[in-house]
Amino acid sequence: MRPFDYQRPDDRDAAHAAARDGATFIAGGTNLVDLMKLEIMAPDRLVDVSRLGLDGIGDADGGLRIGATVTNSDLAADPRVRRTYPVLSRALLAGASGQLRNKATTAGNFLQRTRCPYFYDTDAACNKRAPGTGCAALGGEMRNHAILGGSQHCVALHPSDMAVAMRALDAEVEVEAADGTSRALALDDLYRLPGDTPHIETSLAPGDLITSVRLPVPLGERQVYRKVRDRASYAFALVSVAAVVRMEGGRIAEAALAFGGLGTRPWRDAEVDALLAGEAPGEALFDKAGEVLLRDAEPPEGTEFKLPLARRVLKAVLTEATR
Amino acid sequence: MTIEMKIDGPETVNRTDDMAQGVLGRDSARPDGLAKATGRATYAAEAHPEGMLHGVLRRAPGIGAVRCPNLEAVRAMPGVRAVLRDARMVRNAAQGMADEAPVQGVDEAAYVGQPIALVVAETFEQARHAAQRLEVAIERTDLPIDPDAVEPEVPEAKQSSQGDLDAAMRNAALTIDADYTTSSMNSAAMEPHAAVAEWDGTTLTLRGALQMLRFNRNELADSVGLSAEHVRILAPYVGGGFGSKLGISADCVAAALAAMELGQPVRVVQHRRNVFEVNTRRSETRQRIRLAADADGRLIGLGHEALVSNLPEETFAEPVVQASHFAYPGAARTLGIRIARIHRPAAGSVRAPGEAVGVTASEVAMDELAYAAGVDPVELRLRNIPEEDPERGVPFSSHRLKAALLDGAERFGWSGRPMAPRQRREGEWWIGTGMAAAFRVNMVVEAQARIRLHGAGAVVETDMTDIGTGSYAIFQQVAAELLGLPLAQTEVRLGDTALPPGSGSGGSVGAASTGTAVWLAAMELRRQIAARLGCDEAELTLKDGTATAGNTRQDLADILSGAELTGTGHVKPGDAAEKVRQATYGAHFAEVAVNDVTGEVRMRRMQGTFSAGRILNRRTARSQCHGGMIWGIGMALTETMTHDRRDGHVVNRDLAEYHVPVNADVPPLDVHLLEERDPWAGPMQAKGIGELGICGAAGAILNAIHHACGARLRDFPATPDRVLAALE
Ligand SMILES: Cc1cc2nc3c(=O)[nH]c(=O)nc-3n(C[C@H](O)[C@H](O)[C@H](O)COP(=O)(O)OP(=O)(O)OC[C@H]3O[C@@H](n4cnc5c(N)ncnc54)[C@H](O)[C@@H]3O)c2cc1C
Repeated sequence: MRPFDYQRPDDRDAAHAAARDGATFIAGGTNLVDLMKLEIMAPDRLVDVSRLGLDGIGDADGGLRIGATVTNSDLAADPRVRRTYPVLSRALLAGASGQLRNKATTAGNFLQRTRCPYFYDTDAACNKRAPGTGCAALGGEMRNHAILGGSQHCVALHPSDMAVAMRALDAEVEVEAADGTSRALALDDLYRLPGDTPHIETSLAPGDLITSVRLPVPLGERQVYRKVRDRASYAFALVSVAAVVRMEGGRIAEAALAFGGLGTRPWRDAEVDALLAGEAPGEALFDKAGEVLLRDAEPPEGTEFKLPLARRVLKAVLTEATR
Repeated sequence: MTIEMKIDGPETVNRTDDMAQGVLGRDSARPDGLAKATGRATYAAEAHPEGMLHGVLRRAPGIGAVRCPNLEAVRAMPGVRAVLRDARMVRNAAQGMADEAPVQGVDEAAYVGQPIALVVAETFEQARHAAQRLEVAIERTDLPIDPDAVEPEVPEAKQSSQGDLDAAMRNAALTIDADYTTSSMNSAAMEPHAAVAEWDGTTLTLRGALQMLRFNRNELADSVGLSAEHVRILAPYVGGGFGSKLGISADCVAAALAAMELGQPVRVVQHRRNVFEVNTRRSETRQRIRLAADADGRLIGLGHEALVSNLPEETFAEPVVQASHFAYPGAARTLGIRIARIHRPAAGSVRAPGEAVGVTASEVAMDELAYAAGVDPVELRLRNIPEEDPERGVPFSSHRLKAALLDGAERFGWSGRPMAPRQRREGEWWIGTGMAAAFRVNMVVEAQARIRLHGAGAVVETDMTDIGTGSYAIFQQVAAELLGLPLAQTEVRLGDTALPPGSGSGGSVGAASTGTAVWLAAMELRRQIAARLGCDEAELTLKDGTATAGNTRQDLADILSGAELTGTGHVKPGDAAEKVRQATYGAHFAEVAVNDVTGEVRMRRMQGTFSAGRILNRRTARSQCHGGMIWGIGMALTETMTHDRRDGHVVNRDLAEYHVPVNADVPPLDVHLLEERDPWAGPMQAKGIGELGICGAAGAILNAIHHACGARLRDFPATPDRVLAALE
């Protein structure tokens, strides 16, 4: 670990000022500190965001505004979330462990880095960690890598469970730039595909502070989160599916599906949602949804199992959500 | 005075059962438990001697000749006191009981991850940063890393053949001929390997995370070039070992060399990522099992041939077929181990070397035979219990497989189980049950222990370790039982090479070997007490600090009248092992749920019945069995060290990606221990139990998966992708 400065301001202006000087934000530290120990990330200066008053959950236009530093545990337990956004509670509780969730924050969870073992191995080539060095995963041992959205430079998975539910819920992150200006970003605009710059993971500029997340009124009451993993708890998703569905007269009026374990970013595919809208639920429809979802899938060697797994889980989730 | 005993024959008198204190065998708490639970038990890395420096190991990123181009620059970094590239640093941990230095050197990396330098600095952070900055240039050599891609060694001593197995296979009514694979695995003990070394100019004192101190002392002395009298090792508390701490490890030798060079204490803690590479792993195995049986499922022939791997110059080869030598009958038998010399990290003993993987595969094969024969799997085992050792023709010292099978089946509720798979479904889940027998060889190794008896109680002393197993508890019970003392007046001191050399912890030998030494030491004290009373030891009853002989009773303190008595026990293996076949037995039963959509497997419950001679402490014995069964869950469902196909390095070298079972993976476990006395096991008639619980446990789970969903998996672990492929 490199020596670094640490500061914990009480107001956002001080945080922005530090950010203008190139400081890196730290929230729960459950991801960043691990990466700093291995010198995968080596900031000179840390600004702790935990005292910026960003830890509230409140109503917003009928929806919900969630502070950036609300912990994963608190968010999962919030009665409004449990009542109106149960898919989010379930996704959070399917992630990590109780201890980690007590520290991990909403913004930190969105911005957690991949678990690709070659990214973690500082003796291995990795375009994400050290741009231009190549990708040691390709041609190596791949299992929990992305089958959607990858490139020849990187097939690292986005590991978050929470962000998958957030995508199905059409969450927007609210960001304040280091100069104090603010903007809102849909997750589709936040997360970038790796392309030939896998080290650039989001559209955030250096110094951009996530202040909160806005959830609109959910489009449906039927919500399911299902995660498949290598052990019963405390493992990242091999495949996960978040579904938010509104039924009308026995038909699917609207559906929002998002996927974990498949993509280089929390995955959502408008064509899958469109295919389902207005249709009567049924096996053939669900199979078709799986086909559409995976139409461009390019599973690297070792990840082929995700194709049947994703199809099956999607079908089971849709069956449950439309029952 | 010392009582020496060689175990040459059966014990006929069974003095242990004559004792009066009533503490041996009881469910008894660990005397060290409170200190451990409250953080007062200090593990190796928790010593902070004055002036201690911090060392961090740097690994080789490739296989081949090693250079460190920026060595001088790193030496000049803030806080850095030394960058050691000492030819005496060890390539990997020594094998268990090696008693000499393992392969040494830093100029050639034989595997990716080999420690090739130690960076020592004033603070841990400085040392780690400098180690990360140390560049390692490798002139790569193309050496094999895939066990299936080399011509394996076929050591003659590891092959055995009787009769004509090919003919038996041709003539048998029923045959099974299948290949099974198990993964490369890691002990993943909670405490990482760690050492604090101090050098006073003459004596090297090392606090280490080690299992077998009397060997470790010689290994360390040999590694650094000292005579053993100048080396003292302390390891009073060890946070799990499971084989990975049997031999002296890289952190110990590097810390010692640095302390000797710098004249200051040096601590080296292996990073978890080192732990996965530098210490010995369980070899992956490929096992061909052939079973030839008559129409009733009675075996007439048996083949078990395994391919395992290790680095060049390592003497250890996973003894996969160890139990197959005696588990089942069959006149035609072909057993063997082949060794692929490859450049993955070194392989060595991991909890129940041999049986853990070998019994797992052979118990799946037995299940396949049960289905081929249409015979209930428990009944199939009952039909195949040999009368005597099927290879050597010697009797069994005791054999409780039948009792374990029947007891386990009864407790589990096995009877009435439909034989056919895919009979029970709950929603998406297929529910099934499976079983397996458990076998594990039993050994005694040389051990010594001393007891000092004074007015206020007794102190047991040996360099034996407690790696979480309960050594403190059982030695306290043995001594208290024989000396008629309350447990609280019986203190146990372990883990210091200044004390008499015990057996060390490994191969399930500790309780029976060092325990017997403690027993003998206590017996010697009983004789001394009897002499003081002018009676025969056999006439003496010791209980609650009093001695009764004939019709007189006296306080022990009065008999001693201020004197301290010392008794030493010394046990050695004799030729009992040649006269009889001695082993421990058990039966595993498992219920699993297999998800028809995802291939995920969840445990519902497990039942184990075990027989291992006299049980010295029901609580610690049960805990060992629980641990073994949980290891079985890991082997069956989750644990795999993935080796990169290009250079063999361990890809998933942290506990987020190497999946040991977590609480949610472990169902209710029910353990039942059978009462047994094995007269060939020495005066306590106890055998080892630390490894029995894992042997076959994974087999029961795999067999339950088959029963649940009809998928017969032969490649372990049964991760969702594999189960799904079998379901599709
Ligand atoms: C063993 C293990 C298992 C895990 N398993 C799972 C799992 O199954 N599922 C899952 O989803 N996750 C899992 N996680 C990941 C965990 O959810 C993340 O580590 C956590 O959510 C990160 O949150 P944090 O607050 O600790 O972030 P930090 O580590 O503090 O920060 C992460 C990143 O976010 C940036 N950041 C933080 N706050 C802000 C802000 N307000 N504005 C801008 N940037 C910010 C930081 O600069 C940093 O780059 C696991 C983690 C571990 C260690």
